[in-house]
Amino acid sequence: MSVQLTVAIMMTIAGAATPLLIAALGELVVEKSGVLNLGVEGMMLIGAVAGFAVAYSTGVPTLGAIAALIAGALVSSVFAFLTLSLMANQVATGLALTIFGTGVSALIGAPFVGITTSTLGPLFAFDNPLLRLLFGHSPLVYLGIALTIAVWWFLKHSRPGLILRAVGESDDAAHAIGYPVLRIRYLAVLFGGAMAGLAGCYYSLVLTPMWAERLTAGRGWIAIALVVFASWKPGRVLLGAYLFGLVITMELQAKAAGFNMFAPEFLAALPYLATVAVLAIISFAPQGGANAPACLAKPFRATA
Amino acid sequence: MFEITKRRLLAAASIAAIVFAVPSTMAQDSGEGAGGQEPVKAGFVYVGPVGDFGWTYAHDQARQCMVEELGDSVETTFVENVAEGPDAERVIRQLAQDGADIVFTTSFGFGNPTVKVAQQFPDVKFEHATGFNPGGDNMALYNAKFYQGRAVLGTIAGMMSDSGKAGYIASFPIPEVVMGINAFQLAAQKQDPEFTTQVVWVNSWYDPAKEADAANALLSQGADVITQHTDSPAPLQAAEKAGAIAFGQASDMTSFAPNAHMTAIIDEWCPYYTKRVQAVMDGTWEPGNVWLGMEDGEVVMSPFNDAMPDDVKAAAQKVYDDTKAGNYEVFTGPIRDQSGEIRVPEGETMTEEELLKMDWYVEGVQS
Amino acid sequence: MGWELEPRGEASRKANLAAPVIAVFGALVTGAILFTFLGHNGLSAVYEIFIAPLTNTYRWQDLLVKAAPLAIIATGLAIGFRANVWNIGAEGQYILGGLGGTWVALQTLDMTGGWILPAMILMGMIWGAAYAAVPAILKTKLGVNEILSSLMLNYVAIQLLYYLMRAPWKDPMAFGFPQTAMFTSDQTLPMMASGTLIHLGVPIAAAIALTAWGVMTRTIVGFQVRSVGASPKAARFAGFSASSTVWLALLVGGGLAGLAGILEASGPFGQMVPQFPTGYGYTAIIVAFLGRLNPLGILIASFVLALTYVGGENAQTAIGLPNAAAGVFQALMLFFLLGFDILASYRLKRTAPKPSPTANTSGVTPVEAEGARA
Repeated sequence: MSVQLTVAIMMTIAGAATPLLIAALGELVVEKSGVLNLGVEGMMLIGAVAGFAVAYSTGVPTLGAIAALIAGALVSSVFAFLTLSLMANQVATGLALTIFGTGVSALIGAPFVGITTSTLGPLFAFDNPLLRLLFGHSPLVYLGIALTIAVWWFLKHSRPGLILRAVGESDDAAHAIGYPVLRIRYLAVLFGGAMAGLAGCYYSLVLTPMWAERLTAGRGWIAIALVVFASWKPGRVLLGAYLFGLVITMELQAKAAGFNMFAPEFLAALPYLATVAVLAIISFAPQGGANAPACLAKPFRATA
Repeated sequence: MFEITKRRLLAAASIAAIVFAVPSTMAQDSGEGAGGQEPVKAGFVYVGPVGDFGWTYAHDQARQCMVEELGDSVETTFVENVAEGPDAERVIRQLAQDGADIVFTTSFGFGNPTVKVAQQFPDVKFEHATGFNPGGDNMALYNAKFYQGRAVLGTIAGMMSDSGKAGYIASFPIPEVVMGINAFQLAAQKQDPEFTTQVVWVNSWYDPAKEADAANALLSQGADVITQHTDSPAPLQAAEKAGAIAFGQASDMTSFAPNAHMTAIIDEWCPYYTKRVQAVMDGTWEPGNVWLGMEDGEVVMSPFNDAMPDDVKAAAQKVYDDTKAGNYEVFTGPIRDQSGEIRVPEGETMTEEELLKMDWYVEGVQS
Repeated sequence: MGWELEPRGEASRKANLAAPVIAVFGALVTGAILFTFLGHNGLSAVYEIFIAPLTNTYRWQDLLVKAAPLAIIATGLAIGFRANVWNIGAEGQYILGGLGGTWVALQTLDMTGGWILPAMILMGMIWGAAYAAVPAILKTKLGVNEILSSLMLNYVAIQLLYYLMRAPWKDPMAFGFPQTAMFTSDQTLPMMASGTLIHLGVPIAAAIALTAWGVMTRTIVGFQVRSVGASPKAARFAGFSASSTVWLALLVGGGLAGLAGILEASGPFGQMVPQFPTGYGYTAIIVAFLGRLNPLGILIASFVLALTYVGGENAQTAIGLPNAAAGVFQALMLFFLLGFDILASYRLKRTAPKPSPTANTSGVTPVEAEGARA
């Protein structure tokens, strides 16, 4: 394989992996706090359309990305209010959020169909393949990796991160010690929303700079699968995202080279099958972190 | 228990009918009194959103164009994002019940529902795009010979490609897509005998991210022409980034890739829609099964990119003009299949029926 | 001085009935405002979606046909939700049900006989239940969260369907299009009255909801499900095993989703196609909640949801409202319902400014186990 081809393949992998990575990191923090938000797909679509609309209107893609962050967080606040303050069922609220996001993004995006915008592309252009591989990506690719480290450090080594995990493992105990369970979960959900929004604008501003209805085509669900696949560990989310990216890319590369090794349906189902397998495997692991946060999807109400 | 439920439902329904039927008939009467001739009502059923900028977008543009042509004498309605199956049947029936004189159902999967509803509404005309089930006296089939446009694209690709390799992003191996791939490759081969077309199936009509990734994979493996039988402009954008050339699908997509976009096959349904609705107005509508092409103005090419060399422009224009004049048919023998065996002998041209069942690939197609 | 939520001893019957009504009205008002803001006529949007279809007898048939699968699936899901078993894999179980029945149909294309349709229906239920058994095994043997496992299996089911349609089950006469042959008349659901659209699935849906209502309120099984859901510990004392409840909930939920699948396949579809899944499995979750997990409420809720689809199409033709609008209304309705849901189990109470016996610890009141509401 030529250097050019190898680099091109690796660039494609990073492109396919980054939005999954960013959305999954957000959802990981949400789930670690004990909340399950199934609305990732809806929040991504809102982020995608908000990012595109602002980037197109202002001509500044960075502003688009910021708008996507804010829009994602805003729409997740609906989820937070319903599930945290009003103790609504998280599964149903998350599904409603996805339906809501799909519908609202289509309504907002209607005037933006059929146009393109300046993109959040690479900051530097290189002819040298090695330099391109190292420095020639969209800033969001680097942001995704930096976020992985940040989230890992936050959860593992910072005090607020420790509290967040405690809240997710035992909300009653955390509350009894005096931690503000609801406030922590609110912040986690808003962070998750912002990340989903950012991931969404990766599609509308980087990969396929345009807006069309249902642009993300179900990637939000893969992000949710990815969190579980990674057994709630940021490092494994990074690994998993690039692994998913590798599978997607290698399938297409193999086809482009004229090989059809597997039924395409099998490869499409693979991330989900692998996730179920991981769920089964981690249940054998000794207690201590590998499993789902104990309070996942359970409502919390402060008791005296 | 069932009896009671059913009776109650019927009772409720008939009450609703009595209460509301009266005002609505009155409204209709007053409407007729005021104007002259009633406008013809045309309903459209779309499989995607009108904002897909692809297949459904083209049909909706044609609907609007038809309204412009016929003015006040036509009234149109449409329903978008209709799932193929029972939902489609319900929507088609709803349009017929609401007084449509003619209903256009614009996706292959609407075939069986259209046939079913057509039987229940003998006075309403039904037109189904891209299907093969002819239905009864009040149903017509229509389709467009997009493959003629693919021959123009293939000609351009064969002349402009340096690597002699095109990447073809395809949805599903149905005859429509298969014949498009073959037409492209045959035309390219005429310009460059060594030309090959590498097909990547993405198993979706619309998945921008996957289409972009497929385009990138093809580009990284040496293709310098990208063409597609999927609906989003994503492959064009990938080609633009890589400095390759590409073609628009269903409508002019220049805005997405000003340098890469050489031309586009445009689905021009407007003349057909105008003609058929006019026929309903005149009372001359007849069922039919038409497969229209460039000669009928149903398949047109968008303006060629200025970056195209003059000889390429001339050659592409010639294919277009000759097809229009009926002097060029890309599926003319000798045509060899992938194994090198002659499938269509010299001097023979494939019939429409053979094309509509095509399930084999010509030499040089790699899939 | 502020507001506090105080738990009601027992869920308020009045609030239970009022919450869905308030939710629907809240969604309508919010939706009307939102659509006006977005440049549409909000009031006529509400009228065309929620009122106009009811004024037309044909639309009533459409509504019943559309509501039937939703009611069947939601009834099964609600039994699980009551027991705190969160099966969100109904979409996959629905697909498998359709596939199971289709498999029988493809084996019997050349045969005739009254037994074929019942065999298809039975096989559909078996495949649906068998698919739901996967999360059940994982949950009871390994403690795997059923929300996650059942959700993942939905996507696997869709790909299985695509695979079967693309190759092994494809009708060779269909010009390469991925779909099975049309079912024969012995493989198709009969109509309840000729000239209507009301097929056998509609009365089946009503019968299932009524039966479920009877079982849940009148039998020991219903009591087991409800008590395991309300308080797992107490249920254990009463001798009800949590794992048998998980099995029961998932098998019933999967079986009914499978039933809905084969009824759709053998009824309105009349064949199997890749477009078979249309999200009923997810919509049914909304229906279950809108119906407050009560089978009778679910019958009404399935009708309301069917109204948003049928009315949404109506609004497109009548006033050109985009298709996305129907989805927004569905989401708003669920948002409002879930938000107001709390009033059934808690009452809003003004916290007293001066110390009182109930508010002596800075306004925090004791509450029963969280399991009461999940």
